[in-house]
Amino acid sequence: MRRFADLIDTLVLTPGRNGKLKLLSGYFRAVPDPERGYALAALTNGLDIASVKPAMLRELIAGRMDAELFKLSYDYVGDLAETIALAWPVPAGPHAGRNDAPSLTGIVEALAGASRREGPQLIAGWLDQLDASSRYALLKLVTGGFRIGLSARLAKQALADFGGVAVTEIEELWHGLEPPYRTLFDWLEGVADKPVNAAAAPFRPVMLSHAIEDADFTRLDPADFVAEWKWDGIRVQATAERGVRRLYTRTGDDISAAFPDLVDHLAFDGTVDGELLVARLAEGEVSIGTFSDLQQRLNRKTVTGRMVRDHPAFLRAYDLLQDGSEDLRGLPFAERRARLEAFIAPLDPHRFDCSPMLAFDSWDELAQLRLALPEPVIEGVMIKRRTAPYVAGRPRGEWFKWKRDPHLVDAVLMYAQRGHGKRSGYYSDYTFGVWRGEPEEGELVPVGKAYFGFTDEELKLIDKYVRDHTIERFGPVRSVRANAVTGLVFEVAFEGIARSTRHKSGVAMRFPRINRLRWDKPPAEADRLETLEQMIAGAQ
Amino acid sequence: MTRWEDCPLAMALATNKHKPVVKALFQSHRRPYLHAMRPDELLCPRPEGLYCPPGGFHIDPVRPVERALITHGHADHARAGHGHVLATAETLDIMAIRYGEDHAGSTQVAALGETLIIDGVAVRFHPAGHVLGSAQIAVGRGGLRIVASGDYKPRPDPTCASFEPVDCDVFITEATFGLPVFRHPDAGDEISRLLGSVGANPDRAHLVGAYSLGKAQRVIRLLRDAGYDQPIYIHGALKRLCDYYESQGIALGELRPATVETGGKGDFAGAVVLGPPSAFGDKWARRFPDPLISFASGWMMVRQRARQRGVELPLVISDHADWDELTATITAIAPEEVWVTHGREEALVRWCEMNGTRARPLHMVGYEDEAE
Ligand SMILES: [Zn+2]
Repeated sequence: MRRFADLIDTLVLTPGRNGKLKLLSGYFRAVPDPERGYALAALTNGLDIASVKPAMLRELIAGRMDAELFKLSYDYVGDLAETIALAWPVPAGPHAGRNDAPSLTGIVEALAGASRREGPQLIAGWLDQLDASSRYALLKLVTGGFRIGLSARLAKQALADFGGVAVTEIEELWHGLEPPYRTLFDWLEGVADKPVNAAAAPFRPVMLSHAIEDADFTRLDPADFVAEWKWDGIRVQATAERGVRRLYTRTGDDISAAFPDLVDHLAFDGTVDGELLVARLAEGEVSIGTFSDLQQRLNRKTVTGRMVRDHPAFLRAYDLLQDGSEDLRGLPFAERRARLEAFIAPLDPHRFDCSPMLAFDSWDELAQLRLALPEPVIEGVMIKRRTAPYVAGRPRGEWFKWKRDPHLVDAVLMYAQRGHGKRSGYYSDYTFGVWRGEPEEGELVPVGKAYFGFTDEELKLIDKYVRDHTIERFGPVRSVRANAVTGLVFEVAFEGIARSTRHKSGVAMRFPRINRLRWDKPPAEADRLETLEQMIAGAQ
Repeated sequence: MTRWEDCPLAMALATNKHKPVVKALFQSHRRPYLHAMRPDELLCPRPEGLYCPPGGFHIDPVRPVERALITHGHADHARAGHGHVLATAETLDIMAIRYGEDHAGSTQVAALGETLIIDGVAVRFHPAGHVLGSAQIAVGRGGLRIVASGDYKPRPDPTCASFEPVDCDVFITEATFGLPVFRHPDAGDEISRLLGSVGANPDRAHLVGAYSLGKAQRVIRLLRDAGYDQPIYIHGALKRLCDYYESQGIALGELRPATVETGGKGDFAGAVVLGPPSAFGDKWARRFPDPLISFASGWMMVRQRARQRGVELPLVISDHADWDELTATITAIAPEEVWVTHGREEALVRWCEMNGTRARPLHMVGYEDEAE
């Protein structure tokens, strides 16, 4: 366990991508099978330990320490595994602090053979024997989700560096592999051939865009580009091969189980890139639900018939990567698009259509289209080079996104909550409100919460403001002085707004963030609730 | 100078971390809530600091006042501009080094263990084990005694006198590390990790962030105790206080200024360089070859804190009591009541309540010790 704990500790603190890559590839070189494979699985969330769940860990610590002290500790540390690792009261005894718990391999294998009753008991026994940093590694191992600034993609890049192969080769193989990845390591070490991707319907790494910049409009010739709407759903890859059907997110997570209604209709052999929406075809028109309709379908363990009926999943296709046995990714976009239209045409129109292309001759014309979005579920426009092949990653100069301008309002800071993790020393989560009635006699009603959009320097200033203007404290939350003359005004940017019965104000913002600090603005001049209500009316 | 009236407390008592206070000696003091005055008539929190109305003095005031009693030389406790300052000789020296000889209208040395009477209030300084010269201040009147401990740590520190628990009715404590997640490891083991890293990275300069008063000298002394005899390079901001520690008999070995004038960039490869944490963001840090950033602080217990500061080698070395030490100290002293000045006060108050001791947070501002 010590070796894995050291890896985690060092990864957390090693600055920069290159340092992490070096560290990981060094680890793969130094550590034998199967331990390195289990470590890789742990870092990429590929280790499914059924016998222990986070709720069980909460029960374990609840049996060892006062609930209130644990809560205060967790508020401060901001990470369940780290809080338990640090606060775990180690009993005196012959094993305490000996750090002689089994190796990573021993732990993974013991848990794989354990029942849900035995799992937590094993964990408690090991926690009593380990030191704090090994306790952290163990708890992270079983809960998954290392918050250590390491993406699965970085781990795959480290594998690529270790074996001297391209990272896309690893990504393509990935979904056919199982921990502890012996065939993969054998290939990377040159002692065996590349594993054949036995799994049908593998994930194909996706192509992403850059935000367009003002200078691009003078540099780029509109005649070389096509455009389409950027739909506000979830970018997915639908793939079907030899009877296996899968729906992947753009990072390769398999979300098939959450969308059986769509997966059942993948009646083709190929790979389509598109946007997952909630939509319904009626009288020849596809009407699209809002993002919150789609959210009803996300992160569900079970999908009810009612959910499928009320919020049917729909795929709006952008691109065709694979058609039967033919890989289309090397073709220019314009050719792939023609193939896509022919590919989608025979499919069930209740489940599939092609994202329409936009006609424009100049960037100004496209700007006009972008200012008059025909539907609220559009985030902006996508601009694609006609000749661009489908290249994994974010190649320069091929695809651009041009987002709709966000909505802006001026709101007043009302409450501040202490942040988690690296911001735990600061009041960094803000609830803000707008005026209902005249500022002098009306009241501020909270309309949203934001915890990003400001720089670290600005965070310090807001934090000081909060501390200097606190009128009440409730645990980690401070109520901040806010009236017509005293108060801090935020310019808040957000992507959408809707009615909400859950909020006192009756409105809910989507993706609110602090756009600017308006130290100069008197709170009386912040926006009114009516302004937000007009925005909702305007969107409908 | 009057002796503390009937106090049988001896300096010899309980100078070690877990040595119990001998309760029998103090039974005579315990007349809970039969005192002539309420504790907050003797000492009460004011925006400018703890104030003693009958004595007319403040303890560690954050604003200039007429009469100030100072526990130790850290900037959040010792400020310039008071009319009269009473503190240990070392604390007065440190204030003079930091703020100039004329930092106060007048000064007076408080000897550890000696009682002074200020307008009928008995005042006595006891070692706090925090930094050189640090003291707790016991304030007594009419059989009631309150100890304001300032900042303290019960574990041994080769650079200052050891903390001693002082019997009292009200114990005023800080709670900088007042959460059960703070269990500071042995400082010697942390120094071993630093030396291990120096050995494993001979091409890199190890830049160790350490608060200029106390922490820096303790880290240097611990390095020497671990057998490290190479010259140690120090940022200019540490020099005067290191010289002062030397003059007080705390040997720090060969210290050299960490300036480029003393050599080329490559000269610092494999070296240990100490500087105040604030210097690490600016040009000063960039002059070293492939610097490895380290930071000696109790905050380094929490990974995300270390990460946030860009620290590659966190050293958990604290000059404050950790959770176990805070609770053990309160258990050993067993006061009627605990007041918590600043830090993670909610948790410590909760612990006191769970263990049958009345406790209240004072919510004092101006003392948060981020640089610890
Ligand atoms: Zn201090």
